[in-house]
Amino acid sequence: MKSLISINDFNKEEMLHVLDLAEKYEAEPNCPIFNDKVIACIFFEPSTRTRLSFEAAASRLGARVIGFASLAATSIAKGESLKDTIKMVSNYADMIVMRHHLDGAARYASEIAGCPVINAGDGANQHPTQTLLDMYSIRKTQGTLENMSITMVGDLKYGRTVHSLLQAMSHFNPRFHFVSCPELAIPAEYRHFLDSRNIPYTEHHTLEGQISNTDILYMTRIQQERFQDPMEYERVKNLMSLDASMLTDTKPNLRILHPLPRIKEIATNVDDRPEAYYFEQARNGVFTRMGIFTYLMNQ
Amino acid sequence: METKKKLKVSAIKNGTVIDRIPSGELFHVIEILGLSRGGFQMTFGTNLESKVLGTKAIIKITDKFFEEDDVNRIALVAPDAVFNIIKDYMVVEKRRVVIPPEICGLVRCLNPRCITNHEPVKTRFSTSMGPGGIVLTCHYCEKETTQQNLQIISGN
Repeated sequence: MKSLISINDFNKEEMLHVLDLAEKYEAEPNCPIFNDKVIACIFFEPSTRTRLSFEAAASRLGARVIGFASLAATSIAKGESLKDTIKMVSNYADMIVMRHHLDGAARYASEIAGCPVINAGDGANQHPTQTLLDMYSIRKTQGTLENMSITMVGDLKYGRTVHSLLQAMSHFNPRFHFVSCPELAIPAEYRHFLDSRNIPYTEHHTLEGQISNTDILYMTRIQQERFQDPMEYERVKNLMSLDASMLTDTKPNLRILHPLPRIKEIATNVDDRPEAYYFEQARNGVFTRMGIFTYLMNQ
Repeated sequence: METKKKLKVSAIKNGTVIDRIPSGELFHVIEILGLSRGGFQMTFGTNLESKVLGTKAIIKITDKFFEEDDVNRIALVAPDAVFNIIKDYMVVEKRRVVIPPEICGLVRCLNPRCITNHEPVKTRFSTSMGPGGIVLTCHYCEKETTQQNLQIISGN
């Protein structure tokens, strides 16, 4: 029995195997191989894309889906512990997909549950299925995962997708460029991680001038609540925003990714550009999650 | 001279003398090893002169012998400590503290949003050496707690 809690739970071969499965499912999206299975999607905090794409992936594999999308209608609202909730749900399902607002909640759940657990985001910690769909999107648009120049922009301190993607891509000889304000810079532990693997990276405070040599531009949302001073938020937001006029002198293979939801960090005039890939990226989430279900269910 | 020094340390007949404890960590060591409970006959001294540490604390416990796991539990607060096993007033064995690869239920996770600070979960860390000393990586939230920020869970 294997769970997916952190991207580090998968080695390079397992990641590539899931991407191969996702490719197969993109070619043939309806494969009801799990029509004898029940998958519980339990979301302790709100989500649109992640929850719907998990449910769509489970449905396309023929599994029945149970669960909840918010705390309001559950016994947790009555004070039930996470342990009791997970014990109960694992009696009803063959696999649990879980999102929780606390860091480490998914790992804890995987130790309690009698079935595999997939982490659909635990606080500011990990979101490994987003990472695998990001990798799928990179491989699909670039033809390879090797030797990519990846520019990560925005909230690099709290952005869990940034941290997971950085760890996952470390297997494929990447170069990173980090664009953020000092308050939201990439944490020291991740710089140490890259240093220990001799992976080159640069750090910048503005997006201007950082796009021309990039293969993948990975944009993230800057949350206003991270700033005490609203003026400072406005200043930083403008330095980290992408507009279509900035997409000159770019590499032909450049693709713009964003885990979504996007607020104003990508202007809507970018949406129709050939480099914009964030909506297709979200669509890839269904195939990637079908691949993850299949791999874990067969363990 | 050597014999005299050993006799001075082994002033209990049978038991353990824990030496080279940093003076400020004496009560943490007592807490971690659970010596304040269990009715042990124990004497301790602190702010004693030490060539290695400057000042040190020492604990002598009669008829108490520690398992290796217990010895290593104090690695976070007293990495230079030595456990002298005393039998019939003689030091028969010296055990040095080794940093264990994993530390469970001993230290609080520094991350206030970690599940271990919200549900009754026993904390669990893997250990590594960083530039400022021991670094603990939380098994649950994956965040790092450094030696400077250690918070020992009381009641161990």
